[in-house]
Amino acid sequence: MDAVAWGLMGGVVALLIIATVVVNLLRRRLPDRLNPALLENISSRLRAWWLLLAGLAGALMLGKTATVVLFFLISFWTLREFITIAPTRPGDHRALFWVFVLATPAQYLLVALAQYELFAILIPVYAMLFLHARIALSNDPVQFLERTAKIQIGLMICVYCLSYTPALLTALPLDPDGYSPNVRLLFFFVLITQLNDALQFAWSQLPSRHYIVPNINPARTWEGLLGGAASVTLLGALLSWATPFGSSWVAAGMALAVALAGFAGGITMSAIKRDRGVKDYGTLVEGHSGVLDRLDSLCFAAPVFFHLTKLYFHYVPFAAG
Amino acid sequence: MIPHFLRILLAQIAQLLSGASVRWVDCQPDTCQRIYFANHTSHLDAVVIWSSLPIAVRAVTRPVAAKDYWAAGPIRRYLSEKVFNALLIDRQDIKVHQTPIQEILNAVGDRYSLILFPEGGRSSGEEVGEFKSGLYHLARRRPDLELIPVYLDNMNRILPRGEFLPVPLLTRITFGPPMWLEQGEHKQAFLERARAAVVRLRDL
Repeated sequence: MDAVAWGLMGGVVALLIIATVVVNLLRRRLPDRLNPALLENISSRLRAWWLLLAGLAGALMLGKTATVVLFFLISFWTLREFITIAPTRPGDHRALFWVFVLATPAQYLLVALAQYELFAILIPVYAMLFLHARIALSNDPVQFLERTAKIQIGLMICVYCLSYTPALLTALPLDPDGYSPNVRLLFFFVLITQLNDALQFAWSQLPSRHYIVPNINPARTWEGLLGGAASVTLLGALLSWATPFGSSWVAAGMALAVALAGFAGGITMSAIKRDRGVKDYGTLVEGHSGVLDRLDSLCFAAPVFFHLTKLYFHYVPFAAG
Repeated sequence: MIPHFLRILLAQIAQLLSGASVRWVDCQPDTCQRIYFANHTSHLDAVVIWSSLPIAVRAVTRPVAAKDYWAAGPIRRYLSEKVFNALLIDRQDIKVHQTPIQEILNAVGDRYSLILFPEGGRSSGEEVGEFKSGLYHLARRRPDLELIPVYLDNMNRILPRGEFLPVPLLTRITFGPPMWLEQGEHKQAFLERARAAVVRLRDL
């Protein structure tokens, strides 16, 4: 980690401290003037951000491998949240076992080894072939396609897509002398996804509300999407000094892409939850959000950000300093 | 000393593996003498319930388990006898003067609580099966024990019958309000009521 990354992290810590203090003051001073559900939502987001920041900062300080391991653990946990709410049949048991103990670690091993050609196809091709054949072998044809689809999409979103986040460190060689530009890239990406979540949420609190998909998510409004995406694009431009991208236009464009992909992730995961009739992933207890509820936008945005960045540096060579 | 550390360690591992969220509905953890009775779908059920109790409660709570499974092999025997302090019941060899109920009553004394599975064996997990009469006889002989219904969610998907490798999904354990055998309540009515108390927790 270099001075820029430390500075960025310090800024985030300061922001989080201010937000935590303000929220706690509001809770204490004006307990009856504010919507308690809204405050609880904000507090739970803050707790998640503190955890994410602590994990990420610790892992990035320890190095590439630690960061890959951190995201492996997050993938493992989100996959178990996902499969827990997805109905499976006893015939899927063995296939699920291999999904957890083989496919998930193998994906992250390939990311750690920077084998881009392999980790890009492991789950969409080989895990997919294995999964379907293994479930066919269980001799239970009831709802075969539904069962395989549920497990495959869980693997794709929770493991495959999310693994592109640590791949920003390992599989995008920018600077032959070290990987601190990659650390900044990863930090910028995670920061933008989380700011996007927060800003879309904040903008959707406006009194004017035009719902986008009220049957799927009654909280997502056009005001939230447009306001959030615009402010995140602006923040991306303002933060371009901290990114390896040479221009603020590029940083802004990347932030916009992340904002749109993050929105897509949010509504897709809402659609799955609606279909299953649950409000949150995670604890199986009403009202407690799971890890996947917080990271749905990150899962969707990670491959988009990775490939756009790879494409950009394919045409525009990285300039250090 | 070693069993003590193992106890804490295994409870932590079980909690992590089962990812259990624990709910107490109209009931609080307590060291008073109780019988926790739950639906039964996996070999891990007793360990998962036991590890979800607070340490002080865990220390006085003994799972009732089948001897043919938990005494097979040195590791299982060590774990069940020394670590979980389980009460192993022989399902095959029932003697006339030493019925399982008498064995359990002797072991409970005035100190211990029990975890037991009144279905007798593991079910497939879709439905809670009929309860065997053991719970009724215990309740009749020891009317002072609180009977706590417990519902285990998802354990049938973590380690179903006939599988030996667990899939690490998340579980939920729900403890319900205590119940007792009513004055003059018949065996069948009581067992139905107890079963309904467990099933009710599933939909809460």
